[in-house]
Amino acid sequence: MSNVTLKINGQSVSIDVPSDMPLLWALRDKLNLTGTKYGCGIGECGTCTVLVDGRPVKSCLRTAERMDGREITTIEGISEDASHPVQVAWHEEDVPQCGYCQGGQILAAIALLEENPNPDDAAIDKAMADNLCRCGTYHRIRKAIKRAARYAAETGGES
Amino acid sequence: MSPVKQTMDRRSFLKVSLLASGALVVGCGRPADVDADVSAQDTWVANLYVRINPDGTVTIVSKNPEAGQGVKTAFPMVVAECLNVDWKTVSVEQAPLDDRYGRQAIGGSRGTPDGWDDLRVAGTAARYLLVAAAAEKWGVPAAECTAESGVVEHAASGRSARYETLLEMAARLPVPDVGDLKLKSRPADFSLLGKFVPGVDNKKILTGQPLFGCDLRLDGMLYAVYAKCPVFEGKVRNANVDEIRSLPGVTHAFVVEGTDDLRGLRSGVAIVAETWWQADSARKSLRVDWDTNQADSSSDYEKRAEELRAESGETLGSAGDVDEAFASASQIVEAGYYYPFVSHANMEPQNCTALYKESGELEFWAPTQNPKSARQLVANTLGISRDKIHINLMRIGGGFGRRLRNEFMAEVAWIAREVRRPVQLQWTREDDMRHDYYRPGAWHDFKAGLDDDGRMIAFDHHFITFGANGETVSGADLSPNHYPAGLVPNFRLRQSLVETNVPTGPWRSPGHSAYGWVYQCFFDEVAQAAGRDPLEFRLDMLSRSYGDVQIDRQRMSDVLKLAAKKAGWGSREVGDGRGLGLAVHYDHGAYVAYVVEVAANGSFVKVDKVYAAVDCGPFINLSGAKNQVEGGFVDGLSTANLEVTFVDGAAQQGNFDDYELLRIGQAPKIDVEFIQSDNSPSGLGEPPLAPAAPAVCNAIFAATGTRVRKLPFSRSGISL
Repeated sequence: MSNVTLKINGQSVSIDVPSDMPLLWALRDKLNLTGTKYGCGIGECGTCTVLVDGRPVKSCLRTAERMDGREITTIEGISEDASHPVQVAWHEEDVPQCGYCQGGQILAAIALLEENPNPDDAAIDKAMADNLCRCGTYHRIRKAIKRAARYAAETGGES
Repeated sequence: MSPVKQTMDRRSFLKVSLLASGALVVGCGRPADVDADVSAQDTWVANLYVRINPDGTVTIVSKNPEAGQGVKTAFPMVVAECLNVDWKTVSVEQAPLDDRYGRQAIGGSRGTPDGWDDLRVAGTAARYLLVAAAAEKWGVPAAECTAESGVVEHAASGRSARYETLLEMAARLPVPDVGDLKLKSRPADFSLLGKFVPGVDNKKILTGQPLFGCDLRLDGMLYAVYAKCPVFEGKVRNANVDEIRSLPGVTHAFVVEGTDDLRGLRSGVAIVAETWWQADSARKSLRVDWDTNQADSSSDYEKRAEELRAESGETLGSAGDVDEAFASASQIVEAGYYYPFVSHANMEPQNCTALYKESGELEFWAPTQNPKSARQLVANTLGISRDKIHINLMRIGGGFGRRLRNEFMAEVAWIAREVRRPVQLQWTREDDMRHDYYRPGAWHDFKAGLDDDGRMIAFDHHFITFGANGETVSGADLSPNHYPAGLVPNFRLRQSLVETNVPTGPWRSPGHSAYGWVYQCFFDEVAQAAGRDPLEFRLDMLSRSYGDVQIDRQRMSDVLKLAAKKAGWGSREVGDGRGLGLAVHYDHGAYVAYVVEVAANGSFVKVDKVYAAVDCGPFINLSGAKNQVEGGFVDGLSTANLEVTFVDGAAQQGNFDDYELLRIGQAPKIDVEFIQSDNSPSGLGEPPLAPAAPAVCNAIFAATGTRVRKLPFSRSGISL
């Protein structure tokens, strides 16, 4: 066991975790932040994506211990009322089917738009390549990212 | 305009009551749906309830779980449409398993067709009552009153009343006769249905709020893994559970003997810990001596199928004189097709939470498609009475038929009784993929005889499928009435069985995911051999029938024509290395046609664009319906690129590194158009899947000259 202090969604929390416990399971079982989902455990599906210092990271592949001092954002930390432009776009395009992978998809999309405020299909396909959707909502994910880009542009680039 | 098909069961009945809270409840039920053993006279049975609350909101109780098929949004839309209220005032309460609701399983795309009448009856009856209440209050004829947006109006006197002010009076009025209700039936009647409405759970999904089975957290809850033998049916001889119990965080480790029921509790080792990671970490130190006696392998299946090929098999269905027709045919076309076993691969691996209480009662929080059969399984497995089992239904992270089987619930039940604390069983991805109820593979040998006009006059089909003890296994059967039965004058379907021990089961559009592929690809081959256009060939085939046909030929032709028109079929050149392919299929009540455009670069194929035409009757939610078509196509394409193989009685694939679902860059743009017919609505969870893979394969042929006769694509030298 080791004691780590994680900065999650703007708040510092201190927890005891086994030194090999992935961030995913620290979030889910220690902190009850169940928005981050388990899909494969080997970094293939992207369902467990979180942002670490703004970049998408598969939380099943990083130990919680190594996240000491880093800024972690989970899907719960984007907005409480789904008012972030990416969430608004996701709702208006009605992207989810089962919805299980969508938290990871949204975080990957937010990171993409931070880097490229106006991505084309090729840029979207590249940036979202790590996130599987078993229900096949890819067509709508592309549309939602473009819609979110428009909203962000309208509000002066804040996303 | 064609007449509306009346599916309404005249035995439907209504009950109206006023709750202590002042809410008006209208229930609609059909006794035929309820099990005989719950027919106690004093038990009020209802397929659903509509509750109009004193604050003006409307609640419906939904008996079926949501797995992404959109029922949780579609059903309140129907009620809102018939009750004439703003749909945003309607919400859904998820019902637990309750015998009063009758069938409570999701599968077979039955939600919409089953719910369609009940929802409309309940919503319309409630509106009639509220109008009647206002009319009585004002002393005017009900026929002079109208109801819109939750308000009853009497235009002549300028009076109006909100629904919530009429509840008490409405509850005192006689319940209308179901047969007297004038239901909205046609797209022309609708103001809300058919519109694009985002899902009611979106906010929770988009903000990561707890919703799914694995999101549940209870005080004092433990986490479990359950290790089963990688070889199907293997049993534990012994295991180092004492050592496992001493590992960090582990609270329990024990052997479960299990039963012989392949759909039930199988032998394994349960490890329970304070966190799931600790349970799964301890599993890495687990040493089990397995007793195995099974050695199925895909290569043996292949050899056996090759032997069976030469045999005639059992004739399942025939019409006319097939042999004579072949003798007189001017051209004969033959081809053999093969597709593999595939896994459901739900994004949310199987999981379930259970609490065994001191009273002997067992409570579940379950992502299951079929809670009633789960309860029976658990009752049998634990030897406890059904009425001690309570099942709460959680949102499901992908169903696809996998969660019609509930062995994970028997597992967690056994563990919960042992540990006497709330416990969440979470399978690993590998558990999930290696202990699935797979869609079975099969071989199809086709032979078609053509006359001088290039029309099929003879059709012989040898279906080499999987069986156990001489019977087809689950998901491996084909109806002798499936088209082209009835579309060809001389027809024969023969069947042979390859014996298997591998568990199989329903997989989205059971059977059709494969049958659509083989038929629609072979028809393309026949059309090409006859020198005919694939569209014209199909339309011609659909223009006549020979005896009973299980499809509506007009509806199937119409979706074909629409998809072709949208794609510019026959009227544009797509250029070198590109190709257009089409396919159409009917299953679970709906007709779906695709024209697909692909671009090929050597053996590498990119599926660029899909033009879809769909007739599922009047659809409820444009967004939900389109989403099912878009996703169904992607699923069909993705699955055509996948296989599960077996060696020595175990599945070889275990995770997404060797079972590679389609990624966004491989997914096409999809343009969907619906034919809003006046037929009864069908579901749409399954129908969009079947025609996807054949349309792609026919386009691959057009682009490359390569016929894809074996799946996955890699077996035909194609990569996506």
